[in-house]
Amino acid sequence: MPTPLVVSEVAKSFTMHLRDGLRLPVVSNVAFSVKAGECVVLGGPSGIGKSSLLKMVYGNYAVDSGQILIEHEGRVVDLAGADPRTILAVRRATLGYVSQFLRTVPRVAAVDVVAEPLLARGVAPAEARDAAEAMLDRLNLPRELWQLPPATFSGGEQQRVNIARGFITDHRILLLDEPTASLDATNRAVVVAMIAEKKAAGVALLGIFHDEDVRAKVADRIVDVSAFSPRKAA
Amino acid sequence: MTDAPLLKVRDISKSYGARIGCRNVSFDLWPGEVLAVVGESGSGKTTLLNCLATRLMPTSGSVEYRMRDGTMRDLARMSEAERRFLMRTDWGFVHQNPADGLRMAVSAGANVGERLMAVGERHYGNIRETAGDWLGRVEISADRIDDQPRAFSGGMRQRLQIARNLVTSPRLVFMDEPTGGLDVSVQARLLDLLRGLVQDLGLSAIVVTHDLAVARLLSHRMMVMKDGLVIEQGLTDRVLDDPREAYTQLLVSSILQV
Repeated sequence: MPTPLVVSEVAKSFTMHLRDGLRLPVVSNVAFSVKAGECVVLGGPSGIGKSSLLKMVYGNYAVDSGQILIEHEGRVVDLAGADPRTILAVRRATLGYVSQFLRTVPRVAAVDVVAEPLLARGVAPAEARDAAEAMLDRLNLPRELWQLPPATFSGGEQQRVNIARGFITDHRILLLDEPTASLDATNRAVVVAMIAEKKAAGVALLGIFHDEDVRAKVADRIVDVSAFSPRKAA
Repeated sequence: MTDAPLLKVRDISKSYGARIGCRNVSFDLWPGEVLAVVGESGSGKTTLLNCLATRLMPTSGSVEYRMRDGTMRDLARMSEAERRFLMRTDWGFVHQNPADGLRMAVSAGANVGERLMAVGERHYGNIRETAGDWLGRVEISADRIDDQPRAFSGGMRQRLQIARNLVTSPRLVFMDEPTGGLDVSVQARLLDLLRGLVQDLGLSAIVVTHDLAVARLLSHRMMVMKDGLVIEQGLTDRVLDDPREAYTQLLVSSILQV
C-alpha cells in the first residue's frame, strides 16, 4: 500500500516576541504516516496541538525541524523545506484541506467558492459548476443560497460550503479539521459517507474529530498527539 | 506555470542621500504569481516598487526581466525607449491615486484606447469595441464611455485605471495601494474584480499594500518590509498565520477583527 504522507521528527514552537520572546513549545518528535485509503485521526485533549499539526502539514505553520514528506506527482516533496511555489503546486494537485472555518471572499457566490479548486486545476467552468452544485445538493444546502456569498450564512451552512470545496477534487491527501463540528445528524451522516468514499478511492485522510460517534465510524487508527506534547508530563 | 522566473531581482538598494529607501532586496517572481509587499508607511515598499518598475534608478543591484521572446534583459541596460515601450505594453502600473495613472481630461474610452494604440492598433472601430468590452469587465456601464474620468467616482476611476492597464494583456502589473482611499464596499468590489482578472489572465503582479487583508486575498507570496529591509517572506498564509519576526507579529496582531 502506498504511503502518500509521512511525518518524521517534526518539532514546532512559537516564539511570542510581543511577550518578551516567550517560547511556547507545541510538539516535538512527531512521527506518523498515513497510507492510501486510510483515515488517521489525531487524538488528545484540546490545546495539545492537533490543529497546529494539521496546519504544519498544510504549510500554514512553519516547522522548526523535521520532514513532512508528500507524494506529489510521482515524486516525494518535503513540505517542511519547500518554497512557496512548490507548496502551492502541492496544494493545487495533491493536498486538500477542510478548515474549521470558512474564509469568505466578498461577493463570491457559494457555488463559485466550491468550484474554485476545480477551476484552479483547469477544469472547464461549466463542468466545475455542475460538480459544485452536485456537492452542495448532496450536503443539503438550500438551493436559494447557492448564488449568494457565504459571509452571511449560518455556521453549519458555511461549514457545508467548506466541506463541498474540500471534497470536490480528487486530491490524494485530505486534511480535515473538525468538518462535522457544527452539522446536524443528517449532514454528519452525509460527511461520514463522503469520507468512506474517499477511503475507497484510495485517498489518505488525516483529521480531527471531537464527535465520538463520527470518529468511531471513520477512524482506522488514532494517533495520540499528547505523546508529542511537552505538556504530557503535566 | 513555466519553469523560468519572469523577474529576477538581486540586491536592490536605493538611498536618498544618507537616507535609506530600501536595502539589499532579492527575489524571483514567477509567471502567474502575485507577490504582496507589506509594511508601514516609510518602510520602503513604494521605493522598492518604483525601482522595479524603472520609475526610480536603484543605487545598486540589478533587475532582470524575461521578455516575450524568452531572453532575460537587465532593465538598467535597456534604452529609455525600450523601457518606455515595455511600460506601455508588457507592463501595467496601477497607482494609488487614479489621477496619476489616467488622463483626466480625455474620455474613458480614449484612456483605454490609448494603450491599445501604443501596441499598434489603429482601427477606430476595433479600439472602441475593445475599450467598451474592457469597461464592461471592470463594471463601468457602456454609456459612460465618452465621459471624462473627472466625472467618475473614486471607485470608478480606479476601475478605469485597471482597465487601461490590462487592455494590452500585460504580463506583469505593479500596484501601489490599489484599494487605498476607497470605502470598504468599493474596496470589496475592486478586490473581487482584481482577483478574478489575475486568475483569468494568468498575470504576475507585485502589490504594495499596508492592508494585510488585501494581501491575504490577492497574493500567493508575501514580503514584509521594515526600515528598508525585507524582514520576513514566504507563503502568504504562512506569514499571516505563523509570523516569525517581532514586527510581523505586531502587524498581524494589530488587525481589527470584525
